[in-house]
Amino acid sequence: MRDREHLTPNQRAWLRFRRNRGATLALALLALLIALILLWPIFSSPALARFLPQAITYNPDAISDTQFAAPDRAHWFGTDVHGRDLLSRVFYGARISLLVGTVGAAVSLIIGVLWGAIAGYCGGRWDSVMMRFVDVLYSMPTVVFVIVLVTALNAVLGKLQIGPHALSADSVRMWQFIGLFAGLGAVSWLTMARIVRGQVLSLRHAAFIDASRVLGASHTRIVLRHILPNVWGVVIVYLTLTIPAIVLYESFLSYLGLGIQPPQASLGSLIASGAEQINPVRIYWWLIVFPGAALALTLLALNFVGDGLRDAWDPRSERG
Amino acid sequence: MYFLRRILFLAPLLLLISFLAFGLVHLMPGGPFDRERIPASPEIERHLLAKYHLDEPFLKQYLRYLGGILHGDFGPSMKYRNHSVTEIIAEGLPVSLSLGALAFCFAMGTGIPLGFFTSVHKGEWEDYAGSFAALLVICVPGLVIGPILVMFFAVQLHWFPVALWGSPWRAILPTLTLGLYFTGRVARLMHEGMLSTLHSEFITTARAKGLSESAILIKHALRIAILPVLSFSGPMLADLLTGSFIVENLFQLPGIGVFMVNSSLNADYTMVSGLVLLYAALLLGLNLLVDFAHSILDPRVRHA
Repeated sequence: MRDREHLTPNQRAWLRFRRNRGATLALALLALLIALILLWPIFSSPALARFLPQAITYNPDAISDTQFAAPDRAHWFGTDVHGRDLLSRVFYGARISLLVGTVGAAVSLIIGVLWGAIAGYCGGRWDSVMMRFVDVLYSMPTVVFVIVLVTALNAVLGKLQIGPHALSADSVRMWQFIGLFAGLGAVSWLTMARIVRGQVLSLRHAAFIDASRVLGASHTRIVLRHILPNVWGVVIVYLTLTIPAIVLYESFLSYLGLGIQPPQASLGSLIASGAEQINPVRIYWWLIVFPGAALALTLLALNFVGDGLRDAWDPRSERG
Repeated sequence: MYFLRRILFLAPLLLLISFLAFGLVHLMPGGPFDRERIPASPEIERHLLAKYHLDEPFLKQYLRYLGGILHGDFGPSMKYRNHSVTEIIAEGLPVSLSLGALAFCFAMGTGIPLGFFTSVHKGEWEDYAGSFAALLVICVPGLVIGPILVMFFAVQLHWFPVALWGSPWRAILPTLTLGLYFTGRVARLMHEGMLSTLHSEFITTARAKGLSESAILIKHALRIAILPVLSFSGPMLADLLTGSFIVENLFQLPGIGVFMVNSSLNADYTMVSGLVLLYAALLLGLNLLVDFAHSILDPRVRHA
């Protein structure tokens, strides 16, 4: 190993991360999970399906007569109310959940970083007005916000579906996705804004910022080239912790019927439709346990990685 | 002095929030009467709009609403006709309050010991097992753990009733469903609080004085280490007390968490504004209390 003194802070943080066995394991698990989720549709292609066990080659939307089959050799995770193979549905659901989580987190990242950076850099009156606004939003229930945003967008979409310039069903679905991303991102940026603002505030009067200002750099340049690069570490750490939060939020929305619309499924909507099937006569435990376990596993891996990154980047955690 | 100013600040803040909540729901396309079972004739709809003053300009509606609040009247619900918002909240709030309080006690009662225990055993297997358990309950949301608890303990084993509210026995599964997530959050905050406190200088001093380890941990460290949990308990309690849609929906409880979701879905203007105001008032009031308790527990804050 090279001498520690010659490493950049990021390299040193990476080394610390690597030494955290739990976090490294979680990162490997997450990579495996993402690879599986992305590769899953390939398994059902006719060219490959012949060489694979039948249980992993089902189409998630294929309806069959074997309804509510308990997990067995043919269907590892059992089947649902329409006889669809649950294993394939879980993989497709996880794919959509992760997609929503990542894009939603990216939206919250953009809003939060811009808001926090502008507030912190401008300082003074702007800072207090912008941050009071964040305080006010904090004290309102997010549930109401998300619902209002998503239903408002759905209503606009409903209007667009009728009339001479009607959108096609595909583009409506795409806009529904975008509305979901925007809605989830728009309620999750508050903490990010606070964190970034705090960081920027402490950097604002650093000597190297004064130096570039004296050299005639514009405000935009100072923020983009000098301040934000120093904030990225903290931002990325918090971003990995935002993704699980948004995945969780999406599952809540799907539970309400506002999230992903059938026949598409997310982990949340799978769990919700499993919960609908609870009755005193027969127990279809696999409808909840498998999607729930997939959700928990994904969230655990994301949280472990996020924690590991935070410990690695946070200078206070350097104790030995 | 500082707290006096904070209290005085509450009123304008709540005013602003009431305006935002009222405006937010008005931004939604469609009104509260769009989803009636039978579409109303234009004549009836005009009458309805006039009855609830929805045909007036926005600002006038808001001022009328505000005037009502000052007299303790949160207006009529537009979806649940013949009921005022005050009535609905008065009916549902006791259920949500008691369930929330139970879940709060459960989360504190299990989370604090768990976090304390894992931090004392730092680096040993107890730490890893306990910390993993804390993270696990955070990652298994209520909409997963709730149905599983119902299926296993109520439907399969018949230990508990499946749903409804009324006796302490019925409260156990909802409390677990609601509280487990917060157990994890509290345990993690407690764990981190203890670790950072045990590194501070006054603990070294206490050790140097030759105090017993248990006296150091409980009398000195715990008092400071619990502060992050205390800060979190404000928003947490506000969340818990205003009800949870998932738990109330799953166990068919007559709380206000269901109303919070349904009235936003139905564009029930007065209902949403009333509930948002209730939540905000609870949150702001609790945060004030928390900061006050903070200044009592931590002398460093008091003298700053």
